[in-house]
Amino acid sequence: MIRTRLVDQPIDVAAVLRDASTTANGAVILFLGTVRDVNDDRPVTALDYSAYRGMAEHEMASIAQEAAERFGINDIVIEHRLGELALGDASVAVAVAHPHRGAAFDASRFVIEELKHRVPIWKREHYVDGTREWVDPTKTVVEVPHE
Amino acid sequence: MTVTVLLFASYADTLGASALDLDVDVGATVEDVLGRIRRMPGADRLPATPLLAVNERYAALDRVLEAGDEVAVIPPVAGG
Repeated sequence: MIRTRLVDQPIDVAAVLRDASTTANGAVILFLGTVRDVNDDRPVTALDYSAYRGMAEHEMASIAQEAAERFGINDIVIEHRLGELALGDASVAVAVAHPHRGAAFDASRFVIEELKHRVPIWKREHYVDGTREWVDPTKTVVEVPHE
Repeated sequence: MTVTVLLFASYADTLGASALDLDVDVGATVEDVLGRIRRMPGADRLPATPLLAVNERYAALDRVLEAGDEVAVIPPVAGG
């Protein structure tokens, strides 16, 4: 199964794993991105995520399709959570399955790197003093990706 | 003709709006729309080459717009 979606509730990790698992596969890789309690030496208390929903859904589906073609994968599930998340919560889950582990590891890495690079989702960190700031992973000029 | 401009996250905060309608000339490009946005208060905080999209797909500056198009100015993405 190939499916991707944005969710506003906690990610059902068991369902993500189950939907990527079939008896045709000998390897399943599950990647979870979770909310860390510090960033750039600054204590973080929570995060909130927002997205350009339609475009984010399109980009996630494109990435899954690209990974399927590039690595010969039939089973990929990607879920990204939006809204306010607590420390330790999973913000993203990627499950990739393949008959053999090599392709599964490679495809898993490809999916999460592409997601971080081009899916229009933003995160704002909440700090101990009550302030909030949008995270800018680039801090510099960004090139425009083209399809 | 009218196009809709969407702003998100830090750009929405900086420019004080998340969506606005702009009247532009027929044949206007994404670059023309960006030029209009750059005249808004706070726009000096936008980068030289922000990410741009038209109708939910990444687009280049020379993309010619049609009436009703949705142009998005996209801050550096931070998913994952």
